Amino acid sequence: MSSHHTDLLIVGAGPAGMAAAVTARRQGLSVRVVDDQAAPGGQIWRGIETVAATPRLARLGEAYGAGAGSALAFRQSGAIYEPGAQLWQIEPGIRAFVTRDGRASSVTADALVLATGAQERPVPFPGWTLPGVLTVGAAQILLKTSDAIPDKPVWIAGCGPLPLLYMTQLLAAGGQIAGFLDTTPRGRLGASLRHLIQGLSQVGDLAKGLSWDVKLRRAGFPIVRYVTEIVAEGKERIERLRYRTASGQSGNVPAEVLLVHEGVVPNVHATLSLGCKMEWHAAQQCYRPSLDAWGETSQPRIFVAGDGAGIGGAQAAELRGRIAALRIAAQLGRISEGKAEEVAGGERRALKRALSLRPLLDAYYAPRPQVFAPPDETIVCRCEEVTAGDLRAQAIKGRPGPNQLKAFTRAGMGPCQGRQCGYTIAHILAAAQNRPVEEVGFYRIRPPLKPVTLGELASLDEPEQAA
Amino acid sequence: MRQAGAREPGFDVAVIGGGLHGMSAALNLARAGKSVVVLEKSWTGRHASGATAAGVRTLYRDLAEVPISMEAMDMWHGIAGIVGDDCGFHAHGQLRIAETDEHMPALRQREDRMRALGYDHEELIGANELRRLVPALSPHCVGALIARRDGAADPHRTIMAYRKACEAAGVTIVEGCGVEGAERAGDDWLLACGERSVRAAVVINAAGAWAARMARLFGDEIALGVRASMMIATERLGPLLEPVVSVVGRSLSFKQSDQGTLVIGGGLQGSADLDRERSTVDFANLAKGARAASDLFPAVKGVRIARCWTGIEAQTADHIPVIGASPHAPGLFHAFGFSGHGFQLVPVVGAILTDLVTEGATRRAIAAFAPQRLMQEKAAA
Repeated sequence: MSSHHTDLLIVGAGPAGMAAAVTARRQGLSVRVVDDQAAPGGQIWRGIETVAATPRLARLGEAYGAGAGSALAFRQSGAIYEPGAQLWQIEPGIRAFVTRDGRASSVTADALVLATGAQERPVPFPGWTLPGVLTVGAAQILLKTSDAIPDKPVWIAGCGPLPLLYMTQLLAAGGQIAGFLDTTPRGRLGASLRHLIQGLSQVGDLAKGLSWDVKLRRAGFPIVRYVTEIVAEGKERIERLRYRTASGQSGNVPAEVLLVHEGVVPNVHATLSLGCKMEWHAAQQCYRPSLDAWGETSQPRIFVAGDGAGIGGAQAAELRGRIAALRIAAQLGRISEGKAEEVAGGERRALKRALSLRPLLDAYYAPRPQVFAPPDETIVCRCEEVTAGDLRAQAIKGRPGPNQLKAFTRAGMGPCQGRQCGYTIAHILAAAQNRPVEEVGFYRIRPPLKPVTLGELASLDEPEQAA
Repeated sequence: MRQAGAREPGFDVAVIGGGLHGMSAALNLARAGKSVVVLEKSWTGRHASGATAAGVRTLYRDLAEVPISMEAMDMWHGIAGIVGDDCGFHAHGQLRIAETDEHMPALRQREDRMRALGYDHEELIGANELRRLVPALSPHCVGALIARRDGAADPHRTIMAYRKACEAAGVTIVEGCGVEGAERAGDDWLLACGERSVRAAVVINAAGAWAARMARLFGDEIALGVRASMMIATERLGPLLEPVVSVVGRSLSFKQSDQGTLVIGGGLQGSADLDRERSTVDFANLAKGARAASDLFPAVKGVRIARCWTGIEAQTADHIPVIGASPHAPGLFHAFGFSGHGFQLVPVVGAILTDLVTEGATRRAIAAFAPQRLMQEKAAA
């Protein structure tokens, strides 16, 4: 088996992973970065190196353009960078298994930074599995990587900053919007304003959000507020879209493309599988790892930085990456603890500022209850095609948890490993059994973290080739 | 239900362990008129029963197991009559494959041996018949031993079916109830489970990997190892093969489930932690299974693995189970230590335990499974 050793292994080459790599290299650590994308940038700065040289950069906005400098610094840092690599298993200790170009290998490391970012919160509703229904995030990837926009007018449904940003980007790129179904519930503004004081330092971001809002209103497409129910209908693909608002207003419109988005949640599969202590984030109804002030998990020398530590955005991600790298440099004896504390102090103050608007956003964009309570006919587990009704029927036989429900129904057994259905199932169980969702828990995560083929796994069993 | 004038709920029989063997015993005993409680520390089928590949195999069994395995196979062919569901059982056969000519004599000897003992269920086949039965198999394979009535079931359906049948027969199943102590109360046993206390005249220890710990509560010291057999399930594929395939000289068991996923096992070992009730996959070791699978079925190299897992279960020194009465503790019966091949025996072991409890003896051949063989005689006992 081919195997490498490194001081620091970083998973993910987005803002957090790149910043951690640059900082750790500056302290003299050997660093290896594995990432499944073809180029640095993560989700937010996806394709930044290619796009930076084109006029498209302006259309994608300032925050996107900010990634160019970070990617350059990362390239020049001297970290070993493995793009196109799937990391599919991590063992405490620390040993990781990676596939690249069809071959598996293992890496041992003295410390690990998981900078695996976030995923869009899955939004099950009747018809969400029809072709033509995508997430806003997926559409934005196409826009960033290949400048592709849907050739038909798109319906957009959801809440959070991303739909607003994508719509401005789409309009700038010449796309057409059929309409926006805003699912942010009524009354959220009041609930979130109490967080405004602590977020005053980031008021620029708020103004940016408002400016998107103004631009979108001027574009003239219908905007329907307080949407609570969405149904996509069609035979081979989406043909019509039905919706209903909190006040009972309903619509039934032709639709060829529907993009949905209900916020993002940290990627927790790696931390869960490592047995890291987790905590429940009530406002955003998701788990995040329990971390100390450096980003270290309950497992020694395993750190989480970036949105995987809790949604914070690119700027917070970079700061968390640097803070984690400083601590690791101290743990490995490359700098003194005092020096690490001193440098980290400034980074922590900046992190506090960067996160100051977050409670307001978390409250304003808290997921609406319908996201977790889809009608019975809705497919919840896409891999095994298990409906909400199937799950509700089993949820009241005894008092099963997610792992039993998985055994009963096969929900969560497919290749996505519950990434699409985990939270929905926890909420369905909690509602059926009348207990708090955080008490219900989550699936036990079974390896591999990413699909690996039998042939790739078999390649681990080959004797190491002479160098 | 016995009340015996006690505060504790009283039963004729308490079964420790809500795995398939525990539930099979409970089902048979309830049908024989006993009041039965199953005490399960997590939930039914949590460990080995839920992690098994669910092979239903007489092929290549230890000779001591063959008589009860043959009876169990008849039961599997009528399993719906026992538990009300066919448990996803299909009798597409099990094959033990020879990859080279050097592997054939051992298979031939086994066939001869079985014939001499009066069994004709294991049959040697050549390359042509092998190809006919498993067209996807790599052409380098030269022959196989086959048991045509063997097959495989769906473990989760089987657990569900046994559970439902138990409940219909009046068995009380208590989940989240781990037994921590046992003491005599007159002619009964009093089992302590946290705050709870359960009284029963007879106790069946079907606690799988934790069975030696349970036995110790009753004063039985039984040497028992632990296994953490690793499994792979892949994404779904179109039909590839029907029988269950194993291979001489390698750790591989390979089958396709009703859902189309490939289920690959064969006894490669991960690691188990009995205290934390967790087991861990060892990928460097599991790679050998992936290699064997892709050597035998070259078409599967590009198939994606969906999940890997390990199940914790007990293993005895001689790899055959412990089934029988405790030599020391009155009213205690053991059934554990199936060492990686207990699934097929589930229907018959429940019947054996019912014989032992209700009649004090069984006509079935279980002498080889006596607990005494794994017990050190206690000096003071």
